Amino acid sequence: MHEVRTAPGSDSASAVTHEAVPALEAHDLTVAYRKKPVLYGVDVAFPQGHLIGIVGPNGAGKSTFIKAVLGIVKPESGWMKIFGEPAETSHRRIGYVPQRESVDWDFPVTVWDVVMMGRFGRMGLFRRPKKEDREVVADCLEKVKLGSLAKRQIGNLSGGQQQRVFLARALAQESDIYLMDEPFAGVDASTESAIIILLEEMRDSGKTVVVVHHDLSTARDYFDSLMLLNMRLVAFGAVDEVFTPELLQKTYGGRLTVLSEMALKSARGKGEARE
Amino acid sequence: MSATTRAIILGLAALALGAPPVFAERIGDIVTTDPGEQLVKFLTFSDPGVRWTVLAAVLLGAACGLVGSFIVVRKMALLGDAISHAVLPGVALGFAWNMEKDAVAILTGATAAGMIGALTIGAIRRTTKIKEDAALGIVLASFFAIGICALKSIENTGRAGNISGVNHFLFGQAGALNQSDVVVLAIVFALVCLFLAVFCRQLLAASFNGEFAGVLGLPVRWLDNALLLLLTMVIVVSLQAVGVVLVSAMLVTPAATAYLMTDRFHRMLSYAVLFGVIAAWSGALLSFLRTDLPTGPFMALSASAMFCIAYLFAPRQGTILRWLRRLRRERRVREENTLKAIYKVLENRDFDGESVSFEELAQIRREPVETAQTRTEFLVHTGEATVDGDSIHLTPPGLQRAREVVRNHRLWELYLTNEADYAPDHVHDDAEKIEHILGEEAVRALERQLDFPETDPHGKPIPTV
Repeated sequence: MHEVRTAPGSDSASAVTHEAVPALEAHDLTVAYRKKPVLYGVDVAFPQGHLIGIVGPNGAGKSTFIKAVLGIVKPESGWMKIFGEPAETSHRRIGYVPQRESVDWDFPVTVWDVVMMGRFGRMGLFRRPKKEDREVVADCLEKVKLGSLAKRQIGNLSGGQQQRVFLARALAQESDIYLMDEPFAGVDASTESAIIILLEEMRDSGKTVVVVHHDLSTARDYFDSLMLLNMRLVAFGAVDEVFTPELLQKTYGGRLTVLSEMALKSARGKGEARE
Repeated sequence: MSATTRAIILGLAALALGAPPVFAERIGDIVTTDPGEQLVKFLTFSDPGVRWTVLAAVLLGAACGLVGSFIVVRKMALLGDAISHAVLPGVALGFAWNMEKDAVAILTGATAAGMIGALTIGAIRRTTKIKEDAALGIVLASFFAIGICALKSIENTGRAGNISGVNHFLFGQAGALNQSDVVVLAIVFALVCLFLAVFCRQLLAASFNGEFAGVLGLPVRWLDNALLLLLTMVIVVSLQAVGVVLVSAMLVTPAATAYLMTDRFHRMLSYAVLFGVIAAWSGALLSFLRTDLPTGPFMALSASAMFCIAYLFAPRQGTILRWLRRLRRERRVREENTLKAIYKVLENRDFDGESVSFEELAQIRREPVETAQTRTEFLVHTGEATVDGDSIHLTPPGLQRAREVVRNHRLWELYLTNEADYAPDHVHDDAEKIEHILGEEAVRALERQLDFPETDPHGKPIPTV
């Protein structure tokens, strides 16, 4: 359990502005694929410096939500703001970890090359990587413990290592907010705990980290706040407030899988124990 | 390449370039029937027409290799084929412009037609449920048909004396290239080089993960379209030499060959250029020897031949080497199984006596004596056993390896039962495989994890090495 709830910076002079400006704000966000709505009128504001999980059943629009924020899919209506500025002009301020299956891992590039791509937003079209960029890349590789594999072609890595490559690439963007699409998918238990420790460190240094997550049984332990999503926003708030049987039931509807039922039961158990 | 060879080649090139500039309109015009004489002409550059062909072939091969590398890693190979067919109406339009072979007019018309074809494919895909492959097929066929009809009608007007036949565009005739074609080719090649010199890194990022590159603020669509434009231009300038039908062979095959040879993109680029140049050059040579045959098939064949060699012998991807490595591994597994069996015979006798008979080996392996004899021959060959009449002796290295294999097997069985909750009767098959590949480091780790055990789950002692 992670009891740290206070946003870093809340004790500093800038606390007022930090709390006033959400890291990410969406208003009446509606997204449709081929005229079929996937997200419907979502209003949400993520505070800065939190580790936030987005949970919901398959097809709930979790990935679509972050893709809309990133400008990868165009919303039908609504607006989004990143640190108070229109999202359309702030995409490059967002560190992004896409789903692992979204790329061809036979692509002839090395771990180092991929992480360096995280610097391209800062480099623009014409600049070449400088010493500073190389230092950041080396540093990010160390953070995810891939330093020794820098020269490896990315196909010759395990699933967990590939996921860490994406994580390092996002770190190399040096953003203040990170959106991650299922960073724990296909990852072994030890990598998963290494990643969550890294995410907590990022949160503790003031970053806002948003993670699409499909495993209800760990969601409670991993995140400070949860966004429960099923086409519409079911709830957003601190884990203790929203990880309740009623809200989870509402999120997952009648379509609870065996596993999520188990998680629900354990949530109930913990809830009762607390009372 | 040694410094001497390089010097010789440079010297030859200087010699060729220093020769008095006599421009033949086309190579095909110089009619010589003796292939030997033609070969000498080709290799010594003594024929000025040859120079243009060779220069064109080198430029074409290099340009195709560069652009082709991106096409292959982006899985756009079929798009190249579709564009090469789609440019044909533009070629006809270029001819119609002033009824003669004007390289610039043809380049402009054909590039425009190719881009329209590529954009049509995108539009069909975006606006309907039809997927990319069907869209490619539709555009390829319809544009090609328009092009054939248009070219044939121009040919049939009879005013097209200067038009090299439609067939040249379909199957290629490097000999039909003239000076202005080569100039246009050189300009396109220079454009490709310039573009890649500046944007290679960003284009690679956009190719690897377009969505991510877009989030970074890179102009992904602009980069994609620029690549598409360069692809179309390279196709157009290659058209006369290789032909509509086979130009995709020059785009795809050398780059795919390079992809088999390496998993680094910059190396792939240089290999693709090298293979492209070789294919184009040798295709031009062959077609020079046989002026009655089109060039395209020769270039495609020579590119394909290189692909076959890489397919079989490439260092990591090559099937023959992979197959040989597998054979060697399998033989080693067989040898190690023999060693293990001999060790078990000795163990069953409490190591009373050092030799094992073929009979005993056959028995424990549950196989005929003849098989046991063949097995043992392999061990004699590796120096891990000696045979004296009917008895097999393990040599010290043989005994060492036998102990290692048995130790690996039993350690792994113990690990599976203790740490992974396997039932003791479920672990044997897995250990049979892992025993051959467990390295020293893994063994040390296992021993530490299991606190240096002495017996396996079945109560057998784990040998020390």
